[in-house]
Amino acid sequence: MNTTIIRNGHVIDPANKRDEIADLYIAKGRIAEKSEVRDPNSDVEKIDAKGLIVAPGLIDMHVHLREPGFSHKETIESGARAAAAGGFTTIVCMPNTSPVPDNSSTIAWIKDSAARVACVNVLPAGAISKNLAGEELAPIGSLAKAGVVAITDDGHCIQNHEIMRRAVEYARMVGVPVLDHCQDYSLVGNGVVHEGYWSTLLGLPGWPGAGEEAIVMRNILLAELCDHPIHCQHLTTAGSVRLLREARARGVKISGEICPHHIALTDEAIQNFDTNYKMNPPLRSQTDVDALLDGIADGTLSILCSDHAPHAEFEKEVEFDVAPFGIIGLETELGLFIDLLVHKHAKIDIVRLIEMCTIEPARLLKLDAGTLSPGARADVTLIDPALKWTVSVDQFQSASRNSPFNGWKLKGRAVRTIVGGKTVWKL
Amino acid sequence: MTTHWTRKDLLGLRELSADEINFILDTADAFKQVGTREIKKVPSLRGKTLVNFFVEPSTRTRTSFELAALRLSADVINISATTSSLTKGETLKDTARNLEALHADILVLRHGSAGAPQFLANQLKASVINAGDGAHEHPTQALLDLYTIREKRRQIAGLHVAIVGDILFSRVARSNIFGLVKLGARVTLVGPSTLVPREFEKLGVEVSHKVDEVLPKADVVNLLRIQHERQRREYFPGIGEYIRFFGLTKERAKLLKADCLIMHPGPINRGVEIDSEVADGLHSVILNQVTNGLAVRMAVLYLCGGISA
Repeated sequence: MNTTIIRNGHVIDPANKRDEIADLYIAKGRIAEKSEVRDPNSDVEKIDAKGLIVAPGLIDMHVHLREPGFSHKETIESGARAAAAGGFTTIVCMPNTSPVPDNSSTIAWIKDSAARVACVNVLPAGAISKNLAGEELAPIGSLAKAGVVAITDDGHCIQNHEIMRRAVEYARMVGVPVLDHCQDYSLVGNGVVHEGYWSTLLGLPGWPGAGEEAIVMRNILLAELCDHPIHCQHLTTAGSVRLLREARARGVKISGEICPHHIALTDEAIQNFDTNYKMNPPLRSQTDVDALLDGIADGTLSILCSDHAPHAEFEKEVEFDVAPFGIIGLETELGLFIDLLVHKHAKIDIVRLIEMCTIEPARLLKLDAGTLSPGARADVTLIDPALKWTVSVDQFQSASRNSPFNGWKLKGRAVRTIVGGKTVWKL
Repeated sequence: MTTHWTRKDLLGLRELSADEINFILDTADAFKQVGTREIKKVPSLRGKTLVNFFVEPSTRTRTSFELAALRLSADVINISATTSSLTKGETLKDTARNLEALHADILVLRHGSAGAPQFLANQLKASVINAGDGAHEHPTQALLDLYTIREKRRQIAGLHVAIVGDILFSRVARSNIFGLVKLGARVTLVGPSTLVPREFEKLGVEVSHKVDEVLPKADVVNLLRIQHERQRREYFPGIGEYIRFFGLTKERAKLLKADCLIMHPGPINRGVEIDSEVADGLHSVILNQVTNGLAVRMAVLYLCGGISA
């Protein structure tokens, strides 16, 4: 079956400023014009999308697939299934694997593996520095040729400003954006939770907001100096929003992304030492959450992501301060964002939300994705923005279960995910 | 007023009500008398097994728990590990299951990670008694401090208690703060700004960096050990400067009220947080604390051990 008609859906395609009830045609794996679908009565898959949003396939540019090296946490296959179940047709996988993709052959392995087993588009990010050690540059040009869509030392942060400066300058030559996990090691030390009331009360080592802001400021200065995009990953503090807002107003090529947990929860959640509330950067204060919401509303924070970080149960069932950082997020991300940003706090409308999950990351990473333009690869996500559902980790496609959102009641989720014209997941 | 006990575990003072704290202290009164008898033993926990599980080194607290358990006629085994369960290659959950398999009735846990006792308490049917977890809580130490204050001054409400030293890294300070505030004391934390952040004010206490202004008003001064092993050098410029600004020297001791109590959880760094003469002087109740620790721990083991049975 080569042809699909998605009928009577609410087509939202922010890149083309489409926002209307219409049919969407897919032929030969691509978005098609009505005229290309010759015989609408034979061999045509018809999908009734009445009451549903028909959006470009969603993109999550911050995902840990754990392969190669940590397949007990997640595999490219299981992570891709989790993405599909969450409504994502394209994901960018982070380089903190073993071996680290600081060389072309590891990138080639990831791409080959993804082509064989992944049901969504998997795009690798390469390392900035060799072995993510922050000391010597990885072969950024070769990585770009091998097909990375960005470079980042995610999970780590290059502390030496000179090395970071040269990385950004070099990345400019080969045309890949730089993504940065913003953490000043000297300020953060052994911090595991937000430094504030709850860290004081519980005696847990604090991770001060200034530890993020110092590096956000550094990145603003370097983006300006090198005239090349730096994207600040998973921002969490009011100060970061303030810095970014001012810099973006001046036209600096700086951007920021936001994870659902950083607006869904505050540091109060850590009080029972449940390690499913331990992530890096940590859950912050209500003041920070309010500032993040405002930053989303005014466009300062322009990209939504999950920082999907799978860990096995036995790894998380340990003392709080020694447990690994991170939670899974692909299968709760869209639900949480719709529920919190569109319904509960009404900070943005669904059109902007889709824009932040499609054309915004596609532009930054220069991807051929994120639109429903005729001729584009037919990656489409069908969303029911009003569907009420309850999160159940037992139903997750991910190989891991480390989510703090089990049992949450949410409104809004993806109901069908189409990649290259083929339905890869359906509720 | 509480007249019976319902908790299987003692994890911290934050979760206890004032009534529950007073109930433990009243129970300790009865056990204190046992220590003065010729036969210092009662059969309360006969046939029960207590595991002293110390993942962090301790002599004083472990010995106190061991003696308390022996005086209650429990069987005691001591397990110590110099490393966390994780670096041994075993998760804390597996450790818990192993202890359960030994049919332990009471687990006394000292651990370097905040929250470890709560983690085990959730997994185990046995009672879990927190003997100090990271910088979080050390409830029996605070209870013996409260007991000593109550014994010497009859009541705690209305007293002004100064806690001096390294508050940030201190589990003794946190448990004392929770207990003292619940029982109506006025608490002032004193120490360098790096070790006594203002954030503590949100716990209902005052913060001061001027020990000379606080000492003349205090009814109790609880001095904390300056913990070299936990400290990173940047927290204060050195021991000399610490003594100059915060040490309870002989000269400073002259500022104290005549009936002020000097307390210290031990072990003392003589000549650092407290001068030798002051530690041994008339104000000092440091050795009373040790004696009372035994009675308080007997009370805690008796009460929690009775619930897990």
